[in-house]
Amino acid sequence: MTLVKTSHKRRSFLKISAATGGGMLIGFNWMTSCSSPEEETIAIPNEWFEMNGYIKIGDTGLVTIYSPNPEIGQNVMTSMPMIVAEELDVNWEHVVVEQGMLDEDVFHNPQFAGGSLSIMLGWDALRMAGATGRRMLLEAAAGEWGVQVSDLQVRDGIISEVNGDRSISYGDIASRAVDMEVPEEIELKDPKDFKLIGTYQKNVVGPQLVTGKSVFGLDFKREGMLLAMIQHPPAFGMKVKDFNQQEIKGMDGIRDAFIIDTGYEDEGRFDVNAFNQLIAIVGDSTWQLINAKKALKSNWETESTLESNQSHAESLARDLDNGTLQEERRDGDPDSAFAGAAKVIERTYSAPIIAHNTLEPMNFFAHVNGDKVELVGPTQTPNNLKESTSKMLGIPLENITVAMTRMGGGFGRRLYTHYGLEAAAISSKMSAPIKLIYSREDDMTQGTYRPAYRSTYKAGLDENNNLIAFSVKGVGFREGPVFPNRFPAGAIDHYYAVKRVSPSNISYGAWRAPRSHFTAGAEQSFLDEVAEAAGKDPIELRLELFDRAKTNPVGEEYEYDAERYAGVLKLVREKANWGEDMPGVYRGVAAYFCHNSYVAQILDLVMHNGQPKVKKVWCAVDCGIVINREGAKNIIEGGVVDGIGHAMYSELQFEDGAPVQENFNSYRLIRHGEAPEEIEVFFVENDISPTGLGEPGLPPAVGALASALYRATGQRYYHQPFTTKEQDQESRLLG
Amino acid sequence: MAIFDIEINGKKQQVDVDPATPMLWVLRDHLDLVGTKYGCGIAQCGACTIHIDGTAVRSCSMPVSAVGNKSVTTIEGLSEKGDHPVQKAWLEHDVPQCGYCQAGQIMSAAALLDSNPTPGDAEIDAAMNGNLCRCGTYTRIKAAIKTAATG
Ligand code: FES
Ligand code: FES
Repeated sequence: MTLVKTSHKRRSFLKISAATGGGMLIGFNWMTSCSSPEEETIAIPNEWFEMNGYIKIGDTGLVTIYSPNPEIGQNVMTSMPMIVAEELDVNWEHVVVEQGMLDEDVFHNPQFAGGSLSIMLGWDALRMAGATGRRMLLEAAAGEWGVQVSDLQVRDGIISEVNGDRSISYGDIASRAVDMEVPEEIELKDPKDFKLIGTYQKNVVGPQLVTGKSVFGLDFKREGMLLAMIQHPPAFGMKVKDFNQQEIKGMDGIRDAFIIDTGYEDEGRFDVNAFNQLIAIVGDSTWQLINAKKALKSNWETESTLESNQSHAESLARDLDNGTLQEERRDGDPDSAFAGAAKVIERTYSAPIIAHNTLEPMNFFAHVNGDKVELVGPTQTPNNLKESTSKMLGIPLENITVAMTRMGGGFGRRLYTHYGLEAAAISSKMSAPIKLIYSREDDMTQGTYRPAYRSTYKAGLDENNNLIAFSVKGVGFREGPVFPNRFPAGAIDHYYAVKRVSPSNISYGAWRAPRSHFTAGAEQSFLDEVAEAAGKDPIELRLELFDRAKTNPVGEEYEYDAERYAGVLKLVREKANWGEDMPGVYRGVAAYFCHNSYVAQILDLVMHNGQPKVKKVWCAVDCGIVINREGAKNIIEGGVVDGIGHAMYSELQFEDGAPVQENFNSYRLIRHGEAPEEIEVFFVENDISPTGLGEPGLPPAVGALASALYRATGQRYYHQPFTTKEQDQESRLLG
Repeated sequence: MAIFDIEINGKKQQVDVDPATPMLWVLRDHLDLVGTKYGCGIAQCGACTIHIDGTAVRSCSMPVSAVGNKSVTTIEGLSEKGDHPVQKAWLEHDVPQCGYCQAGQIMSAAALLDSNPTPGDAEIDAAMNGNLCRCGTYTRIKAAIKTAATG
């Protein structure tokens, strides 16, 4: 039995009131965490007491859950309300989910909604809110009938006596429950009693999506709104000097053209941007703006190095081989162990810069009206945008509102605030409501890219083919791709991990499963090669290591649960019948832990007219309790396709500081015919609190693909994208 | 600028725009039909797919002046109640993730099934390859097309 407290130091996490139109309204904060109220030592953030989610139990019995969470495509609009409905004990058919009305006060407290964190952060709060509602409704009914709550039961929103005939629906008692006192402590359901959680439920906004009715940022419209586009310098390292302003201003449908500057002192963490100064054009219609952009004649100044693929490869190779790398972990005496090893395997892996390419390009609506600012658009970090706008425009925070629209994909791209700031700067200059839209070219060539990485893995085997020494060295722009305490740390006697950041003037950011998508691919295909050298089955080799980490761990700590890690591998091995002889099918396996979830995959590849084709991907996932199996499977499938697609095809090259690819004619994304024919997802059943799904499905796909490609072609793939020709794979290795 | 009378979703509409304006922007900016999406502007992603006399066309690359008196259908007009067999199959397979590409996917799939009611895998790939889904819902899309074909 889990008991949670509904208040802290007499401040309640919940706010109960009468709903307009009858019924009960329960206000709560989606991010409140109350799982360990006893040992609360950390300060409780003030925001946890701000209401940003509401449950309305109408007197018709209809339950409406207002979700403030932005929908990036992870299906949280369905899964999070399912948690509330479970604890509230209502029939899912009687639940309506609404995204917070953009103009309502209550939704002006949106918060950070980074990728896979949503469910983890919402779990406690949502359960508490639902359970409190249930309890108060029960108390109201008990009071009404003069009985004890323990004499009552609930089923699908109907309260009835255990030993009696009376029954009443939530709708009929809701108005009376408003006056009940909020219980101090509330009992949550035992996961084994869950009826709704763990079932397959369709996306609640599906009907809107298939009829084109969902409003994305780009679709947002306001009376009197003008449109705006920007032009950034053609290369990183360049700056705008001037442009044919008069000519552009005189064009059909163009209202104004000018240079904006979004820079300000003390920029925040999400203000990543290489170009603070941009040319902005404001007009009546998109087509007129596109034509005006084509007519631009601009002068640019070079202010720093113009980087290229060549210079990137050179600097990464130099830093990896000769640079001073920072030590992150060391166990035992790796140098002597490598020196004494019977076999040493050393391989270098790399990945190029890639763009996010959310299908909906960046855009934002802004209305700066005197000292009031209204911002509306696709952002994952509304609070950061608010703060940055306040600093940039010198307008107090309380005068700024940021509302979120549905987002056409995120993958980390919409954590960054610059496009919202640009919209605000343009609106401020125009003193008019404007919507800024990026063309695909703007979006692809002014990114917060996944940086390029380069890593060397090394393994030492003793004469009995035991893995006794292991090292990883990683360099990259923005960040070294090394997680020192993840697997196989803890499982190998002699181990070290070092990393380094290489300088670059290109703007980089988080990209779905940051770093993990690269480390998983490199490490997992490296282990495949190590297993081969050791004459061991690749799954067996990993299980031996997990066993070691479990029974006799090396070093002080490591960041994974070896049992759960091994669990997903065993599950996928069994489901896919690993070891079975399948003529013409080439298999690769990988397992990875990131964003608190464990995923193992087996990828089956066939050769079709000399081209590799992924036939099936088997996935075993341990993400704790699965809320909505339908949505969870969809997200894992998406991660698999994303992992395969980017590892196989995608790359953003640079020449003279400029991205070579600007649109989907030259930038390769995976397409229908290249997608796996089938993806099957299996979940580990347990009672552990739910963890992320948006990211963990992706990383293992890269490793499984690399190993399957090796079985099919006899060639190892070290450098992404794997479609890079054989001779280029060689030259990348040489750097 | 010039005046164009076009039939969209069974309704006559009039716009006064530059004749070179792509249908995509006529729909989105001038007629408030924003179900048709912009993804690339160069006929490479399929997000803007509409039907012109029943054939799938990338509206970002078709100037309004080329439409003439052919009839235009957008996602808003594919069915009255959202119950076109393709839309129903999409719901049954719970296809969308972010959903941004899906109007274009549905329009391409509906046109395919119109001309070829029982397409094989290779035919589905050929007809759908121009529609990108950045969220990776391809396997579900293929399954939904097969359901719509048999249903
Ligand atoms: S916007 Fe027309 S195909 Fe991409
Ligand atoms: S569902 Fe997001 S792009 Fe297809």
